[in-house]
Amino acid sequence: MKLSLPSRLLLQLLLAAGAFVMVTPFLYMLSTALTEYAYTLPYPPKLFPESPTFVNFIEAWTSNRFARYALNSLLVSGSTVAAVVVLCSLTAYGFARFDFPGKEIIFRFLLFSMMVPSVATMIPTFLVMRDLRLVDSLHGLVMLYTSGNIAYYTFMLRGFFESLPAELEEAILVDGGNRWTIYRHVALPLSKPALSTVAIMSFLGAWDEYWWALSLIKNETLRTLPIAIRLFQGMHATNYSLVFAASIIAMLPPVLFFVFGQKYFVQGLTSGSVKG
Amino acid sequence: MHISLPGRSASDRRRIRSSLEVVPFLLPGALLFVIFVFWPMVQGIRVAFYNWNIMPGAEQQFVGLDNFRRALTDPVVRTAFFNTFFYTVVTVPGQMILGMAVALALNSAIRGKVAWRALYYLPVLTSWVVASFIFKYLFGGSGAPVNYIFSDLLHLLPENVNWLQNRWTAQVPITLLGIWKGIGWNMVMFLAGLQSIPKEMYEAAAIDGANRWQTFARITLPLLRPVLLFVLVMLTIGGFGVGISVQLLTNGGPMNQTQVLVTYMYDQGFKYFDFGYGAAIAVLLSLILLGLSLVQFKFVRGKVEV
Repeated sequence: MKLSLPSRLLLQLLLAAGAFVMVTPFLYMLSTALTEYAYTLPYPPKLFPESPTFVNFIEAWTSNRFARYALNSLLVSGSTVAAVVVLCSLTAYGFARFDFPGKEIIFRFLLFSMMVPSVATMIPTFLVMRDLRLVDSLHGLVMLYTSGNIAYYTFMLRGFFESLPAELEEAILVDGGNRWTIYRHVALPLSKPALSTVAIMSFLGAWDEYWWALSLIKNETLRTLPIAIRLFQGMHATNYSLVFAASIIAMLPPVLFFVFGQKYFVQGLTSGSVKG
Repeated sequence: MHISLPGRSASDRRRIRSSLEVVPFLLPGALLFVIFVFWPMVQGIRVAFYNWNIMPGAEQQFVGLDNFRRALTDPVVRTAFFNTFFYTVVTVPGQMILGMAVALALNSAIRGKVAWRALYYLPVLTSWVVASFIFKYLFGGSGAPVNYIFSDLLHLLPENVNWLQNRWTAQVPITLLGIWKGIGWNMVMFLAGLQSIPKEMYEAAAIDGANRWQTFARITLPLLRPVLLFVLVMLTIGGFGVGISVQLLTNGGPMNQTQVLVTYMYDQGFKYFDFGYGAAIAVLLSLILLGLSLVQFKFVRGKVEV
């Protein structure tokens, strides 16, 4: 629908006002992180720092093994992405292109499992992880994050694989190729956009995960960033300058992913509902 | 008749071969799913029926429905349930209405769409931990930004408020955080839904002389129903799963008054090591969610077809 010029201007103004409210908390965070902490925060609180400084970022990065925690988060999230992309594409391809007994029932069950929020299984998950000797290990976290993602991304990728033209695959079968060659040389290359989406979304999920990292990791050197920031805040209760500097460092990967991969975000978020 | 027998057995053989061929595709994912998702769910139900001793290898004491009985009479569970329910009832419509408003604005072919979308999406990209600390800072004691702006500067509040130290005032930062963090996700979902509505529908409505509100109520909303349902179900699950923000903003205090189901379950399990009781609370939470999801699906799907 075409809008008149005044209503377009009004709309822009409203959007700007809304965006200002949305962004103000970040401005306060940034301003605080750029202000040198002197045992008390400045009053009145400022949206823009008077004499900005990077000392908090340097201190946050160099103190309390912060670099180590960032590396842990990077390792866990990176491995999760690799495992999720490989496993979910395999599973999804199985559901998309094979016929086997109980297929739809199993698939329904996968979907059903998504209705139980993962926090609700925190206690039994801890017990299972303990029995498998996977408490206090980064690879244990990777296995949990991967498994927790299987249902959703299988669902997503199955839809994508089914939308690929089947004729192409049948031609390869006739020429003597098997399902593996198709999976590796046809389905995967054609699915790069969908797989990128899965990669970005699962990276962010692992990067920010809180409850399992909190309940399963007790060894200080194995902490991931969300837990490290929480403990950081506990140690420097009122020194928000330092906590926010650390937080901003932790926010960089998600923000960069979003800036450079916005279209994958939109695809990833909406493919579960609008098309499916 | 004479071709049916061999034809059938050949296709049977192909079916079986196809069934076997799928095994390597499904096996790795299935194994992980069963061990780390399905098995904990089953274990969770089992543990809820025990007075669970967390020492490895200890003898477990079966207590039947005791944990559930205790949960249903525990005043803190009642408070936690109420707080969780309150959070969901406030934040779900809040996010959906505001997200829809932004989506509608962005959908009317406006300049700078990508930039606006990015700004509104920023809170979604922020982890719950970071977002919680931002709100803890904003709503912290006297001299914190919210008190400064609304009390010292604008005098809308007679005095500085200890937002986080009181049951009802604490709901303000907790629910505002939930809404603020969710608007961007709703916006993206609704925007995608709006763009899938064929333009001809609107043109036809315009020819029939429908005004903006009629067009929205008669065309946009009904056609968005599948998206609305999906968003509603996801947000309800998310709302009942609220916990990180509460743990970091108030830690359930003062005196358990701001507990939600997830934080109380966490405290029972990992603070008091009462795994059986914590697991019972988790089972109740899951049952509530399953019930709600089924009701929502039935309710909206029943009307969507015609």
